[in-house]
Amino acid sequence: MKLRLFPHPVLTPLIALIWLLLANSLAPGQILLGLLLGWAIPIFTLRFWPERIRIHRPLTLFRFLLLVLYDILVANLNVALLILRGPRRLTPAFVTVPLDLRSELGISLLANTISLTPGTVSSWLSPDRRSLVVHGLHVRNPDALAATLKRRYEAPLLKVFEPC
Amino acid sequence: MLNLAVTIALGLVSAAFALTLWRLLRGPDQPDRILALDTLSVNAIALLVLLGIHLDSSLYFEAALLIAMMGFVGTVALCKYLLRGDIIE
Amino acid sequence: MLEILLSALILIGALFTFIGSLGLARLGDFYTRLHGPTKATTLGVGSLLIASMIHFSTQGNGASFHEVLVTIFLFITAPVSAHLLSKAALHLRVKSLANVPPRIDEADSGTDSR
Repeated sequence: MKLRLFPHPVLTPLIALIWLLLANSLAPGQILLGLLLGWAIPIFTLRFWPERIRIHRPLTLFRFLLLVLYDILVANLNVALLILRGPRRLTPAFVTVPLDLRSELGISLLANTISLTPGTVSSWLSPDRRSLVVHGLHVRNPDALAATLKRRYEAPLLKVFEPC
Repeated sequence: MLNLAVTIALGLVSAAFALTLWRLLRGPDQPDRILALDTLSVNAIALLVLLGIHLDSSLYFEAALLIAMMGFVGTVALCKYLLRGDIIE
Repeated sequence: MLEILLSALILIGALFTFIGSLGLARLGDFYTRLHGPTKATTLGVGSLLIASMIHFSTQGNGASFHEVLVTIFLFITAPVSAHLLSKAALHLRVKSLANVPPRIDEADSGTDSR
């Protein structure tokens, strides 16, 4: 493996930011230490990150993050109401979502988003990574749910990580 | 007013603790118990943050961060045990 | 004004935490119980942490943002542990109210597929 000076350029500012949050200060020394850690940690953990992360459309990613935050709020209210209404009126179901995403990061981001948002938890990924089984708390129409998940979350992730 | 809100919130979180403990004792399966343990750690974070606001001390934050990390690592380890433990390797 | 906002955030947070645990105690099978803690609880604790952030930032000792760390950490780890728990339950064939897709029973879900 070729040794690069900056194996993951995205990771460096992120680690520096996390360090500053942890230290809870903006002193110049802490900034310097954060940048140093951000430079050293990716090099030492290189073998855990075999894929190089490429973000193709930062703006789409940003919009996706805002959408997910909004959806988390709505989903939480939804789930809270469903819990309060009681177990008898729920129709839980497993839904299989075929995947178009191929990269590991893309699939894991999609699975996490699905778990955080609309009354669904991603339960199982098939060994060939072609489909994701999702458990929904209150599903009226399984096919519509799968289509919504694909359109709302997978499409932007495809644009960001795997443009063809 | 803030004191009243924190007191009510402490009561609610304690009730959440009781419900989670009930599920932990009752089971019926191992994943249920692990889920209850995970929820207990999240509830503990909520309790610590509330206590920090109540006592005006930011010392409790570090404990909350550590519980968050340990709770996650513990859950992952227990799940991995369930996934692999009864397979003949 | 600030106090009202803080109190509201604290009460909302505690209420969501409580509802999450209520779901854990009350719902019918493991897979539906999983939804309560992973969703309601993360938002509840997130709201409490935002309240704590505002509270300590207005104390006069400078801004306090390290609560963001716990929030981010919870939002990253909650879906991961939910996925693992659900995978473990499917592997152990825990009783479910919904129909389990047949392909899971055939495939060996115990293999470590990262």
